[in-house]
Amino acid sequence: MSDTLAELRGVSRTYQKGKERVEVLHELDLDIPQGDFLAIMGPSGSGKTTLLNLLGGLDRPTNGTVTVGGAELSTMSNNKLSNWRSSHVGFVFQFYNLLPVLTAQKNVELPLLLTNFSGRERAERAAIALDIVGLSDRAKHLPRELSGGEEQRVAIARAIVSDPKLLLCDEPTGDLDRETADEILKLLQILNREHSKTIVMVTHDAQAADYAKRTLHVDKGQLESRVAA
Amino acid sequence: MKYFGLIWKNAWRKKIRTLLTVLSVFVAFLMFALLNAVGQALTGGGATIESASRLVVIDKVSLINLLPIAYERKIEAIPGVANVAHATWFGGYYQDPKNQFGQFPVAPEDYVSLYPELDIPQEQWQAFLANRTGALLGSSLAEAYGLSVGDNLPIHSSIWTKKDGTRDWEFQLDGIFTNTSKGGSDAMMLFHYDYFDEARRGGQGLVGWYTLTLNEGANPAEVANAIDAEFANSPNETETSTEAAFAQSFMEQMGNIALIVQLILGAVFFTLLLVTGNTMAQSVRERINELAVLKTVGFRDRTVLGIVISESLLIMIIGGALGLLAGAGLAKAASAMFAAMGGIGLSLSAETLALAILIMIVAGVLSGIFPALKAMRLSIVDALARG
Repeated sequence: MSDTLAELRGVSRTYQKGKERVEVLHELDLDIPQGDFLAIMGPSGSGKTTLLNLLGGLDRPTNGTVTVGGAELSTMSNNKLSNWRSSHVGFVFQFYNLLPVLTAQKNVELPLLLTNFSGRERAERAAIALDIVGLSDRAKHLPRELSGGEEQRVAIARAIVSDPKLLLCDEPTGDLDRETADEILKLLQILNREHSKTIVMVTHDAQAADYAKRTLHVDKGQLESRVAA
Repeated sequence: MKYFGLIWKNAWRKKIRTLLTVLSVFVAFLMFALLNAVGQALTGGGATIESASRLVVIDKVSLINLLPIAYERKIEAIPGVANVAHATWFGGYYQDPKNQFGQFPVAPEDYVSLYPELDIPQEQWQAFLANRTGALLGSSLAEAYGLSVGDNLPIHSSIWTKKDGTRDWEFQLDGIFTNTSKGGSDAMMLFHYDYFDEARRGGQGLVGWYTLTLNEGANPAEVANAIDAEFANSPNETETSTEAAFAQSFMEQMGNIALIVQLILGAVFFTLLLVTGNTMAQSVRERINELAVLKTVGFRDRTVLGIVISESLLIMIIGGALGLLAGAGLAKAASAMFAAMGGIGLSLSAETLALAILIMIVAGVLSGIFPALKAMRLSIVDALARG
């Protein structure tokens, strides 16, 4: 591992629930080196997804700083954060979150609509991404015509199509059977090892965490321990 | 344009719902096209007096009141007036009450000199002039009723009673004319005022209105004022206006056509806004998660706003364009039908089309704006957490 890609310093995140203030993360420090494959585990409500949202610029900390690839996310405007997300980070969700009206190919092309690529260039890049995840032959299929594993592969292709350094995966195998989950995790390992993607994966599944290079546990808004994989 | 595929696919995600919404837009714009065409036809298109080539003189109080025939010579004597002719509404039908059309007792030579666009074969014209009970009929009516020159033409008048107490007037069809002006109607019948005036039981020496043409260079507004001044403080004061305004006042005896049209269209478009707005609100509510994903991958708030409004605009433009096309087609078909019944020429004006496009855009934006704002303000974290 080399330079630090993401750096969290003194990060707290508090939400207002009715009259109650709930602190989901408390003065958390974290360094994520480039090329890392980090699994984050912890019980429900421990702050795993909040941590992921902060790293992806989907949310802002109440206190502290989040720096990714040299960019300080906490102070960016909404528009700048949108631009940053479109080229620096890819997201993979538990329930895939594909657009049901678009084919696999068009779903993968979505982030490229924000670039100046021509239609042909977008199609070519989407085809490459689908090839990497092994789904070239399903490009013209709608999400409802794909299996859960295939949908997640399309989601991964969408996450990598704009060639971001950082992939954020929120329970990427949570909706899959063991065998399919293992295939997806192996794919993530390949993306990490062969395509130099830094991956942060939130999971409840210890077997899934085993595919990561290291695992961190979050509980009550704080990093609990560091466990080597 | 690169978002068009996404907008198109999203707009048609629930095909039946979108189809029904497009259909409601279609019906609204079809009504818009037809009602505007009818409204314009009935109100005469609103030509201004400055551009008028012919003026019409009617009784100041009401078109129903008749004017003395002696006015004709007085009007002729007013500077700027070239030719004058009178006409009277006969209010009759041929054989069946549904066969209503305009019949006018006129002084033939005076009247036809004002309307050079009426094309009458010379021998038929001469035969008509020589026959006191003769009549001229527009070709569209002759065709619709299967009449030809030489046929008897009985007309039952709902206004004028003959001296024998009946309202059945017998005419012979001496000539069939056409109207050579663009969009002009020939759906009327002309006959001799002399015969009419002699045979009717009352109203002798009175006519319905005067039409006049102007000398070259004459100012229509000045001439109109001079005519009305001539008859001011007389038992029959006059109001002189353009033919378009005359047609409008004629139709407004049945009610304020323009207001009725506007009220109907207002109700239609208000309903349309609710229908389309509801469709868009449902569509956005159903895909909160998908909109959050768009934002997650980098779509800006305003881009999401634009996409949702574009969907609403797309639905409005598809339905509206189809409605206008159908409206134009129906107006054309109805024009042909009305030509045989009453001579109303229906068509879509450039102003109507421009207004329709403006309404499409405004209605599209209005019906999409609230769901679009909701989509724009969507919190990614909250939306994804709701799953």
